[in-house]
Amino acid sequence: MMAGVLHITLFAGFMILSLRSITLVILGISDGFVLPGLGGTTGHLYSILKDIAATAVFLACMVGMVRRGIFRPERYAVPRRYGKDHTSEAVFVLGLITTLVTCDMIFEGTRVAAQIQKGLHAEYLFPGMGTWMAASMLGGKSLDTLQHLHLASFFLHNLVFFFFLCFLPMGKHFHVITSIPNVFFMKLRKGAIKPVEWGVDETKLDELKSFGVKKFEDFTWKHMLDFYSCADCGRCSDQCPANAVKRPLSPRFISIKCRDYAFKNYPLRGDMTVKDEALIGTILSEDEIWSCTTCGACEAECPLFIEYIDKIVDLRRGMVDEGLVPQSLQKPLKAIEKRGNPWGKMEKKRAEWTKSLPEDCSVKLFENGDNARTLYFVDSISSYDDRMQDIARATACILSAAGENFGILGKDEKDSGNEIRRFGEEMLFQDIKAHNTEAILSANVNKIITADPHAFNTLKNEYKGLPPVEHISQTLTRYISSGSIRLKPAEDDGKVYTYHDPCYLGRHNGVYDDPRQALDAIPGLKRVDMLKSRDRSFCCGGGGLMLFYEPEEEQRMGVLRVQMARKAGATVIVTACPFCLVNMEDAIKVSGLEGKMEAIDLSELIVRHLKTA
Amino acid sequence: MEILVCVKRVPDTAENEIVVNSKGTDIERGDLVYSVNEWDNYAVEEAIQIRDRVGGSVTVITVGDSDSEEILRREMAMGADKGILLSDDAFNGSDGRGIAAILKAEIEKGKYDLILTGALADDGAAQIGGMLAAMLDMPYASVVNKIETDSDKMIRIGREIEGGNQEMSEIDLPCVLSIQTGINEPRYVGIRGIRKVASVEIPVHGAKDLGIAAGSVGAAGARVKRVDYFVPPTGEGAEILEGSSDEIAEKLIELLKSKGGIK
Amino acid sequence: MTQQIFAYITHKNGTADDSAFELIVAAKKIDSSASVTAVVCGEGADLDTVCKQVAAVYPEVWKVSNPALAYPNAEIVRGVLATLLPAGAITLVPHDTFGMDLSPGLSIKLNAAFVSDVVGIEGIDNGNLKTVRQEFGGQVSTHVLCDISAGAVLNIRSGSFLSDDSKASGSVVDKSGQAGGCVSRRRFLQVVAAEVGDVDITKSDVLVSVGRGIEEQENISIAQELADAIGAVVSCSRPIVDAKWLEKSRQVGTSGKTVKPKVYIALGISGSFQHLGGLKGNPFIVAINKNSKAPIFQVADIGVVTDLLEFVPELTQKINEMK
Repeated sequence: MMAGVLHITLFAGFMILSLRSITLVILGISDGFVLPGLGGTTGHLYSILKDIAATAVFLACMVGMVRRGIFRPERYAVPRRYGKDHTSEAVFVLGLITTLVTCDMIFEGTRVAAQIQKGLHAEYLFPGMGTWMAASMLGGKSLDTLQHLHLASFFLHNLVFFFFLCFLPMGKHFHVITSIPNVFFMKLRKGAIKPVEWGVDETKLDELKSFGVKKFEDFTWKHMLDFYSCADCGRCSDQCPANAVKRPLSPRFISIKCRDYAFKNYPLRGDMTVKDEALIGTILSEDEIWSCTTCGACEAECPLFIEYIDKIVDLRRGMVDEGLVPQSLQKPLKAIEKRGNPWGKMEKKRAEWTKSLPEDCSVKLFENGDNARTLYFVDSISSYDDRMQDIARATACILSAAGENFGILGKDEKDSGNEIRRFGEEMLFQDIKAHNTEAILSANVNKIITADPHAFNTLKNEYKGLPPVEHISQTLTRYISSGSIRLKPAEDDGKVYTYHDPCYLGRHNGVYDDPRQALDAIPGLKRVDMLKSRDRSFCCGGGGLMLFYEPEEEQRMGVLRVQMARKAGATVIVTACPFCLVNMEDAIKVSGLEGKMEAIDLSELIVRHLKTA
Repeated sequence: MEILVCVKRVPDTAENEIVVNSKGTDIERGDLVYSVNEWDNYAVEEAIQIRDRVGGSVTVITVGDSDSEEILRREMAMGADKGILLSDDAFNGSDGRGIAAILKAEIEKGKYDLILTGALADDGAAQIGGMLAAMLDMPYASVVNKIETDSDKMIRIGREIEGGNQEMSEIDLPCVLSIQTGINEPRYVGIRGIRKVASVEIPVHGAKDLGIAAGSVGAAGARVKRVDYFVPPTGEGAEILEGSSDEIAEKLIELLKSKGGIK
Repeated sequence: MTQQIFAYITHKNGTADDSAFELIVAAKKIDSSASVTAVVCGEGADLDTVCKQVAAVYPEVWKVSNPALAYPNAEIVRGVLATLLPAGAITLVPHDTFGMDLSPGLSIKLNAAFVSDVVGIEGIDNGNLKTVRQEFGGQVSTHVLCDISAGAVLNIRSGSFLSDDSKASGSVVDKSGQAGGCVSRRRFLQVVAAEVGDVDITKSDVLVSVGRGIEEQENISIAQELADAIGAVVSCSRPIVDAKWLEKSRQVGTSGKTVKPKVYIALGISGSFQHLGGLKGNPFIVAINKNSKAPIFQVADIGVVTDLLEFVPELTQKINEMK
């Protein structure tokens, strides 16, 4: 919080003082220059404002320098493998800014002191502000001294000002300039990964010589601009769940390392040394890139809207192209290729979960030639995993109870492919997308409903030509408000529920309120929100292929999340994603919290409270 | 180094259900997915790594039918330079010696320094490499888990022997080796890689091309024949504990105590 | 049957391997009246000791002594056998890493048929020997007919034919002079011993062993907790080591350690013969596996068909409550 306050002070101060800085430059050429519009009363008001701003900036810099240089908060530390410490650069820049505002205070202060001595009308100085202090302290000096100080501070100010301008592109303060274009060109279409190459249609992918980012030069210009724009604030890494569990991933340092690479090989002065060298194995490591769960917390946090997910996916595309895939991921990828699901289970068993449905709940099977208006896209984990099949059954019961005319694809359904794409196997994703699209269109439905946010994300944002897709929580909002289903009150058992926002439902697709409304529709249900909720939700550990990856970590993300739930006073974690449920239930076991904490899926909870006619 | 790797297309044992068909003549193959034999895949990766180190080329070869082409292509997508398919109706029903004879006929047409096979395949016979070596009169080593290429006259190899120990030997080139799993970490072969080699030509050689007399291989020439598949009667086997998990746990604890399993 | 039957004897440090006493039993199943000859290659005093051990069971023992045979080199032995054995011989070899090295090539040199990894012999029918093998990692069995008219080499899986207590007083014949030159294009250098890990599983009376059914590395703690509760040590099967979840020194199996515990608790282990090949003696085997058809249930004493991830923590809890 402190860092934020300090920076806002500096940022706002900069904005206000920018006018003064321009004035100070031109004053050297044209005596008595006043910026157009800043004459008269406006000018005086501005002068006061500037004094306040300069003082605030001065204080902020002081605090900043002491904080960075002496107290050295943990989060700024640079682990040895990432290079040299950044403190000296930070303190140096703070020193420059301090010099700038101090020079201005002295410049103005000496002028006013001289005016007072000479009996001229003196500019009004706001008491207590730096300029006022300068004028007071220097009031007794001789006019000669004042004149010298006046000139010295003027020249020093301009010297430092121009120095600073030239210094900006050489470090993290480049963001002062690049932030404007960087934000302007930010990615608006969340949820979808960028194409392998902009402008190359999916059907022409076979013609590309190389996939993904292997060398620095393979990054798009926007990504390179991102590297230059990184302010080294570290907020991304602070929010990164992989970083929190000490996986070898810190998003901040991906940007900084690539930025330093750019500086080294493409310097402002001197020759460009274009190296034909791979990034992986030199400045980036394989585990670093595979550790990312694509949760998007870094992107949600970055004040400069720097993108990370697309870069990580591009790097993964490059690794897949070179065959550099960890053995633990090769097996599920191969299984998806052969059997359409990462466990390699037989296609004909994809609909077996329907066999243990309660009598009043029926599910149509498109694979058998049934017709229906709605498709329930189950996806792999809910179809095959013993525990997650409960979610499929619960969802089917809800749809049934609401009288929805729906069916499932059964063995014609393959994995939705959300993770396949995010793990860099673009062509396998395209194959699966084509297969699923054909199967869905043959089913001739008006609407697709899914209880799996990963499927929801890719069907909605990356597949083309499909009927509208919604998540079960959105369906529930409709059902509850139209009265298609009715909910009975919660049992009075003292349970406190908290809703955990899945990354692919919340952050990537903006669905925060529907699940909460569904929970609140259960009369008497006590619900609390965790501190990190909605777009600041903390990833459960990842879904899809992430379940198979064996990371180096100190603990599981799920364990941290369960602790957050406890801290919020909850005894039940409600999730709306099968992968979140897997990770939460695992974490509860690993933390030894069985009996004290439980996890349940939204569909399961609703089914428990369905008021049957 | 000119390296040849013999590969085989086998049912993927991971999540396939292997059941005997109702007549007992074969396993049920309708729902099976196939891939390259896991040990052979390690052998191809090893061959590629050797080639990248010392130069040369890697050829993959299989005795099969048109379905077998897909695994040759997969290994070529992985990095093998060439593929050869040996296919002919006369080859069907060959025993191990027959397969080895067919491979030998093709190998003699070329000049290879190193021939690799997987240590074993779906039938667990582990025989092709050894037979091939004897037919070609080359030295042989089985279950190799390490290869060091020192000179072009000989290499140093490690064999995985009982107790997890490793037997180091020197072996003259040209030679035949059968490769054990775990020798390396095979690289990933993606869909893109496979599509890139989809139209590369794979020559098909039959009995005539290889100069093999029809009766010497295939079912006609086989001295070892599989006559059926069956699941052996279970016999005694374990006493399966029944009841609720509580009851089972208690019974188990008693048994363990009586056998000295709980200290 | 007029063909001679030979058994190749493997030995180490002056002791014949268990297989030596199993091969003669297998030979009797081929032809109960056959006179089986043992062939022992090696050198020095150790070789003589082994020949004596073997002569107590085989009617005839052929000894081949040569410095080149001090370490068993299949390339050299193959040449020796190809020179010594008569045409049409039936040769039994143990199916271990040496047998895998020796036999396929030997069958070619002898122009004999070869059957690998035989687990059963059901007699001769019309010049064909009926054997039993397994395929697909032991999931199914097959009957294999082998035309033995021109001889055969059979690799016999250890433990398939239990040694009986038949005795003989065989003569030891020195065939070293007729064995031919012992040269080879493969030269033995040294044996690199497996790394000694932090725990020696061969020293524990009780083992809790994990296999693929443990599903994830983190779940191994379930086995460790059970082991702690009963005073046992955790061991594993090969896939666990291949995935690098446990050290190689924890592996039980033919390519791992041989153990002789009193009690062996197999969690999520299917029971492949390579794994069971490392389990000797007569331990009390408890198998916990959710697949009722797993081969381990054939050899276990007690079986529990359940999800070990649920059951074992309950079991551990009960044991801890008892204390």
